[in-house]
Amino acid sequence: MIEVRNLKKSFKDGENITEVLKGIDFIAKSGEFIAIMGRSGAGKSTFLYQMSLLDEPTSGEIFIDQKDTHTMTVNEKTYFRLSRLGYVFQDYALLPEMSALENVVLPLLMQDLKEKEAYQKAENALIKVGLGHRLHNLPAQLSGGEQQRVSIARAIAHEPQILFADEPTANLDNESSRMVMNIFKELHRAGQTIVMVTHEEEYSKFADRIIHLDDGRIVL
Amino acid sequence: MVGLIQGAIVAVRSHYTSDVIVSSLNNKTYIENSPEILNIIKSLPEVEAVSARYLEGGTLEANYKTRTSYKEKPNIAAASVTGIDPIAEDKVTNLSKFIVEGEYLTPLDYDQVLIGSYLTAKYLPIDSPGFTTLRDVAPGTKIRVKVHGVEREVTIKGIIKAKVDEVSMRVFMIDSELRSLIGRNDYNVDEISIKLKPGTDPATVRDILKRNGVDRVAKVQTYVDAQPKFIKDMVDTFALLGNMLSSIGLVVASITIFIVIFINAITRRKFIGILKGIGINERAIEISYILQSFFYAFCGSVIGVLVLYVFLQPAIAAHPIDFPFSDGILVAPVSGTVLRIALLMATTIIAGFIPARLIVRKNTLDSILGRN
Repeated sequence: MIEVRNLKKSFKDGENITEVLKGIDFIAKSGEFIAIMGRSGAGKSTFLYQMSLLDEPTSGEIFIDQKDTHTMTVNEKTYFRLSRLGYVFQDYALLPEMSALENVVLPLLMQDLKEKEAYQKAENALIKVGLGHRLHNLPAQLSGGEQQRVSIARAIAHEPQILFADEPTANLDNESSRMVMNIFKELHRAGQTIVMVTHEEEYSKFADRIIHLDDGRIVL
Repeated sequence: MVGLIQGAIVAVRSHYTSDVIVSSLNNKTYIENSPEILNIIKSLPEVEAVSARYLEGGTLEANYKTRTSYKEKPNIAAASVTGIDPIAEDKVTNLSKFIVEGEYLTPLDYDQVLIGSYLTAKYLPIDSPGFTTLRDVAPGTKIRVKVHGVEREVTIKGIIKAKVDEVSMRVFMIDSELRSLIGRNDYNVDEISIKLKPGTDPATVRDILKRNGVDRVAKVQTYVDAQPKFIKDMVDTFALLGNMLSSIGLVVASITIFIVIFINAITRRKFIGILKGIGINERAIEISYILQSFFYAFCGSVIGVLVLYVFLQPAIAAHPIDFPFSDGILVAPVSGTVLRIALLMATTIIAGFIPARLIVRKNTLDSILGRN
């Protein structure tokens, strides 16, 4: 479960301070699939980055499974991200010189899993997203949709408590987008908590709940 | 640079002093009891070959037959006249290898000489008031040798050219002829060069000779002892300069690796951000960059060592660089190379760590999104 209390985030640019998130309260229950929507500049991605511990909020509190993330050290946050969170980025964020399998296995190896077990888990994750036949291809040898599926495999291989996705279909064609969203649907059906930022109405319908952000606040 | 001087030292050792040299004391004109000393030397199992030399100052004159007037400038040169056993000398110093014109002496070449190239105007075209060389001489030319006021007409059999003054400024004749010229019937010689069997430490033989009392009648020196102080100072100076240059090389290598790693880290900043984002520890990323720079330095060192010891050093040893005063060789002691490699590795680790740390410390999200 994620609980966000009075979350604020502002950016400083010289003398100017831009307040992007203006006090957000939010709860995501375990197993929920939440879509965050809003117009460009509304603060959707910024909100996701704060919740997923990729960025430091200016103020406010974030609890993940009742653990206060504010009190965590940098290393604790890093390990928390590694072991309990999963990320799907808009531009896939794969390491170009590593094969699909190596991209997926890397975080597993960093969790001190035995090599054989890590590779087995990585392979299973890739099979789960329909890429069992592309294990040894480099990202450059894969289509955009396939790269995003590798990214999803990497995010779910270690069975994270929460899967964060930032505009996962923004760079994909319709067919690939639908394929990615179907994977999310399957994951959700299996009990995965998912928080996804999207600006596409069509894909937000896959979620249990849609929250709208406008000018740094949640609107109904 | 050390190789230039080292080349000269090697040349003096192999062409003049050999491994151990016994010479007359400063207050004596020859080595007393030379026959006994030679017997002691030859009885040592470490000794491979021995050459005993007679030395006297003298003059050479070339145009005495064609000079018609006393006003005409004589064609003369001062030289150190050296009496040798040609076979023994060749075994010790390979003197015959340095014949550039004519032929080497045989033990029966009475009234024939080899002259050093620095005594001829052809090879050393200098004509200063204090130093003259023989003009228009070649093998076959008759010259007059004057030693102790005794003159003898001899024929030049060959000209010797070596990058060792003690060889190139001497006149060599059969030892028995010089003995008769200077009237030395006691067989006392002026110099004994001793070539040792491979692997023998010259200091060991020097010490044996000293224990046998040879040092009471002669100077007993290894080729190192016999080096002039200025040569030793030059070796030390060049070694110091060499260390300074290699330090600069080390700094350049470190800066290069720093730049390579920094550019690598900068261009991969996004991926470093992604790694951090998915939970890879900063320390692991830094270590990967340190290993990367270590790998570069290791590969560079291996290639350098291979090129140096497998190719360059043997090649230059086989074909020394022809400098005017020495045959330059490449001096690269293993201990020095190991030390420099160790220093390179150490500086490389730092040079790899600093840029990696600079990039890894950047905000994760800024790195992923490419924000400054």
